[in-house]
Order: sequence, then structure tokens, then C-alpha cells
Amino acid sequence: MNNIFRGFGAVFYKEALHVRRDAGTLFFSLTMPLLQMFLLGFAIDTNIRQINTVVYNADGHRESRELLDRFRNSDTFHVIQYVDNDHDLNDLIIAGKARVGIKIPVDYSDHLLHQMSAQVLVLIDGSDSSVAGQAINVSTAIGLDESLRRVVQDRAAFAVDMRPKLLFNPDSRSPNFFLPGLTAIMLLNVTTFLTAFSIVREKERGTLEQLFVTPVRPFGLLLGKLLPYLFIGFFELCLILTFMRFVFLVPIHGNVFLLALLSLPYLFAALSLGILISSKASSQAEAMQLAFLPILPSVFFSGYIFPRETIPTLLYPLSYLIPATYYINITRGIILRGANITHLWKDGLALCILGTLLLTIAARRFHNKVIMA
Amino acid sequence: MSGLSLPANGSAIVAENLSRKFGTFVAVNDVSFRVEKGEIFGFLGPNGSGKTTVIKMLTGLLPLSGGTAHVEGLDVRTSAEEVRERIGYMSQNFSLYNDLTVIENLTFYGRIYSLPTDQLKRRINEIVEVNGLGPYITRLAGKLSGGWKQRLALGCAMLHEPKLLFLDEPTAGIDPVARRQLWDLLFELSGHGITFFVTTHYMDEAERCSHVAYIYYGKLIADGTPNSLRELPDVNPQGTIRVEITTPEVTRALRSARELPGIRSATIFGQSIHALIDDSLSLDTLRHRLEDKSVAVAEIRPLAPSLEDVFVELTYKHQAALEANRE
Repeated sequence: MNNIFRGFGAVFYKEALHVRRDAGTLFFSLTMPLLQMFLLGFAIDTNIRQINTVVYNADGHRESRELLDRFRNSDTFHVIQYVDNDHDLNDLIIAGKARVGIKIPVDYSDHLLHQMSAQVLVLIDGSDSSVAGQAINVSTAIGLDESLRRVVQDRAAFAVDMRPKLLFNPDSRSPNFFLPGLTAIMLLNVTTFLTAFSIVREKERGTLEQLFVTPVRPFGLLLGKLLPYLFIGFFELCLILTFMRFVFLVPIHGNVFLLALLSLPYLFAALSLGILISSKASSQAEAMQLAFLPILPSVFFSGYIFPRETIPTLLYPLSYLIPATYYINITRGIILRGANITHLWKDGLALCILGTLLLTIAARRFHNKVIMA
Repeated sequence: MSGLSLPANGSAIVAENLSRKFGTFVAVNDVSFRVEKGEIFGFLGPNGSGKTTVIKMLTGLLPLSGGTAHVEGLDVRTSAEEVRERIGYMSQNFSLYNDLTVIENLTFYGRIYSLPTDQLKRRINEIVEVNGLGPYITRLAGKLSGGWKQRLALGCAMLHEPKLLFLDEPTAGIDPVARRQLWDLLFELSGHGITFFVTTHYMDEAERCSHVAYIYYGKLIADGTPNSLRELPDVNPQGTIRVEITTPEVTRALRSARELPGIRSATIFGQSIHALIDDSLSLDTLRHRLEDKSVAVAEIRPLAPSLEDVFVELTYKHQAALEANRE
């Protein structure tokens, strides 16, 4: 009689029927993320290779050709054209046909032969900072390496041999970096949208008003509404992980079950967000717009695309309020770094706290703005 | 309307000095009424006059700003949960789930009230039979016509065998046949001791109620049986009688009638005019005066006030009192 979850079973039963009846929406919301996954997994590659390069070799001797071979072999540059004057070199860059122009001056090999410093001009199109950065790094490295080889020629080894080793994503594969983060955004999408819609739909129909006049308790109602979408979110997670592992070949270094376990508080927070949205929105169109609000900060301030270190100091604390921040650390941690619970319990705890906070605010708003309105 | 300090046991609803304020706005102002078991209680009033607010307070959804309310003997301030167990509620838009079938809608509401499986089955069969829903049980609720939706909604509200049902404009947008069938059903159920609290804008429905009350901007200005309201002195001012003038040319007749001395008010009802006249004016004199203005008069006869007349008169009087207060 005084069960605070009164009505949970009935609402769960009904909600499951809604989901089954509206299989189209379900299918759509489950496959959309996979589509995003294909876009990000296959089409987007942040490792810059084969930058279009134009070359003006005014020197033409053996030394200059050796240097150009080194550029070509680096895989970073792709020589599309050789020109014979400065004007053409500039022109191709301005036209956007090439992003890098290499000019070897007429006295290059002479200077080298006379043990003098030889200059090479590398023009870089700065309109895309990541392309430019990569071009600068690689060209500087080639120059440095070339110089060292000439200076130490006969000696067996360099004095200092720095050997950087990339951990966790040795091939610098983009899918490895993107997909674990994308998981967070996709789950947020699916669960927040579905919950918000399922409640706002009842507002529109007037059935919510009807439910309030029955002995259903608010907790029973909310839980009955949340749980089916928690299952759907969990199913989506399994789908994403399967695709990630077997289609995109992202190796999962940590424990999948730990990932599943730590996904629960994230889903909980995302669903609570959905309820919060539904307490504000009075139509499905309004809910749609509101549901996009949390997506943007989750994309930009969570470290999903841009490192959190690049967030302006003023906005940095904001990233602590975004559930995706913690969840992305969890997914990348388990999938890429093989982290275990001792590394990630704090993120899990943070998600639990955020979720509870969101649900409390949502329940209060729901009580004040929806029931008492 | 006053002196309701008797114990609340016998009545379905006892509201005493019920008030509700939203900020400085007084939505319900010192409203008292009593609904006996088995009555069909018609609760009328213009939109925005506080009908829904009263229902929300009686069903425990909205806290009371003042006064008390007992529903089925339970204080709504302390026992809202128990009240909701015992009442049924049907909203004007028949809050059904359109993507669920008839039987699924019934099953859902049955489970909400925690009916045990065998009892739920029995009740669903009874409801389906009483409402004639048999051929439609596997149809989606959204595919039903208005009348059937209404029957299903009523069925959902009655699954748990409540003794008191709140029906908020149950016949809005329903065809006349379905409307009559619903009222037949209400009479039958009220014969079994079930109480109905019905809001409506239809005067013919108000006439069918065994007890009506009229709320006007938060104030209850009429409360009683339809017949007792018709006899109120405010509705029948001393020295006046109400007549029905039947004429083939109502529009012109109305214009002429309003110009005649001794006619206090006149309004058109179909092929006739309802007028309130001085009782010093005999019916024959009235006929002659109208015919002098070349208005053909078929018949003039005395008339008892309709409920609409009652509510219109009371509203005017109440407005006048409000304005007098303001000055």
C-alpha cells in the first residue's frame, strides 16, 4: 500500500508495449549511431598523410635529389608537381592545389660541399592548423636528421638517442581514438531522446494527468519509464562494442564486463537528463530542441574531439559537470589503456553522484512544474 | 451552502470553505458543497472559473489553501493516496494510449490499481461486456471512433470498482447517440449506488443531473436540485413572469419585443422568444402590442425558467454585486 514504487510494474509493462509498437523509431535510434560510427570510423582520419606538395628544385644536383627523396619517403608529403620558378610555386599554394611548397635554392649542393650551411625553403599553407603542424614537424625533423647525418657521418652512434614509443594506440589509428569517445555521445543521444520523448508524449496526450489521479507513485512512474530505456541503452552499448571490435578492429585491452558495469551510472545520468528535459518541454518539438542542448558541451568540453587541456580556464570547471567527461575517460581507459577499477572508480563514483543529482532536480521540477501546475 | 459541520461519513464528497490561491490570484474562494452517495452531481461554470482546480483539490493533486475536503469519508489533505485508490477519473480528452490496444489499455490501468490477475481478468470481461467493447478488444485505441474511445476511457476509470467517479467534460466532441448512451449508462450505474461528479457545458446534461452547482470565478453561486434552482427568488424576481412567445419571425419579433414597455429581458430559443415580463402585463395585452408592430404571434404561454436562465440570472446578479463592491 505504501510502497513508494507503486505502479512500477504497470508502467514498465506499458512502456515495453510502446517500444514494441513503435519499432520504427527504435530501429532508427539504434542504427543512427552505427551510421555515425561508420562515418567517423572510416571516413575521418586525423593522421595527416600524403600532403599535396609542389617542388621547385633550382639546384638539381645529387644532394638536392637525395633530400627530396627523403621528403617523399616520409609518407607525409606527396609531390604532385615540379615547377621551375618562384611564381608557379606560390601560385599552386594560393590556388589550394598544394599545401606545401619546397624550394631548394640554386646553391644548395655547393654550400654543402663547402661545409657551409645550406638553406631550404618550405612554404606551408597555414589555413589548416593540423596539416600545417604536421608539415612543420616532419620537415624540421627531416632537416635535423639530414644535418646530423652530415655532422656525425662516420661515428657509430649519436650521443643522445631519443626513441619515443607511442603507448596504447601504436599505429595512431583514428578509429581507436574516436570510437570509444563516440560511444559516450551515442549513448547520450539515444537514451536522453527516448526518455524525454516518452514522457513528453504523455504530456501531449493528457495521459500523464490521468496517471497522477491514480495511485501510481512518482518513483514508480519514473522508474517504470527509465528501465526500458536503460535496457535499450545497454543493448545499444553491446551493439556499438561489437561493431567497434569486429568491424573497426579496435582492440579492447581492458575488461568488457567492467566497461558494461561502469556504463550503468552513465546511462542512469543520461536518462535522468531526459526526465529533466521532459519536465521543461511541453511538446515533442520542444523536447527535440532541448535534447540537443547537452549534446554540444558533451562533444566539445568532454575531451571527445578536442583535448580538455584546450578548454579556456574559465570554462574548464564546466567539463566536470558533464557526464560524458567521465565516461569518455572510462571507455578510453578500458578499451585503449587496459585500465581496471582501481584507475576508474573515481569516474564511476562521479557519474553516480551526477546521476543522482540530475534525478533529484528532475523529480523536484517534475513535482512542482508538472504535477502541481 | 452553510452550516455543514455534520460528520462526513454519509456523503461521497463534503467540501467546506474550500479555497485555493495561486500567488495573489484566488482561483477558488470559500466554496462549500456536499455530494450524497448515488447522486449525479453536475459541476458547471465558464472556462477558467475554477472547476478543474476544485477537481484537483478533491483528488489530492493540489494542496488546499484553506478549508477542508472529505472524499468517501477520507480527508484529502492527509489521505490523498487512499482517496485515489477509491475514485475513478476520466479526463475530457479520454486519456488513452493510442498505440496500445483496447485490452492493453484496460490491462495497464488494472495493474496500476494492483488488481490480482484473476480479478483483473474478471473485471476486464465485465467492462468489455457492459460497454459492448467485445468486437474491438484487439484494435488500437487510436483507431476507435470518439464514442468508443469514451466508453473505453470510462471502462479504464472503472476497472477498480470505484464508488465515486470524476468525469471532466465526458461528452465533449461526442455524437448525440453516444452522448445519450453514456447518460443512460450513468443513470444505470448511479442506480447501483455509484456517485458521479460531472463537469459539462451542455445545459441539457445539467438538466439530467440530480444535483447541480454553478461556480463563477471561484465563487459557488448556485447549489441544489435543478428544480429547486428554478424556484430561487433571484431567478424569479417579484412582480415578473417568464413567457414563451412562439412566432414565425423570431428576429424581427425580438427587436420589437425589446422596445415594448414591461419587458425586462428577451432572448431567442429556436422558433420562439423567452422573455421576462412584468406580471402587470397580461398575456393578451402583450399579444396585441406585438401585433400592433405587425409581428405575427402564434402563441404566448407562461414558462418555467430553464437552467440556462437560472445561471444567466445568477451570473448577472453576481457581476452586479462584484461591481458594487468595487465601487
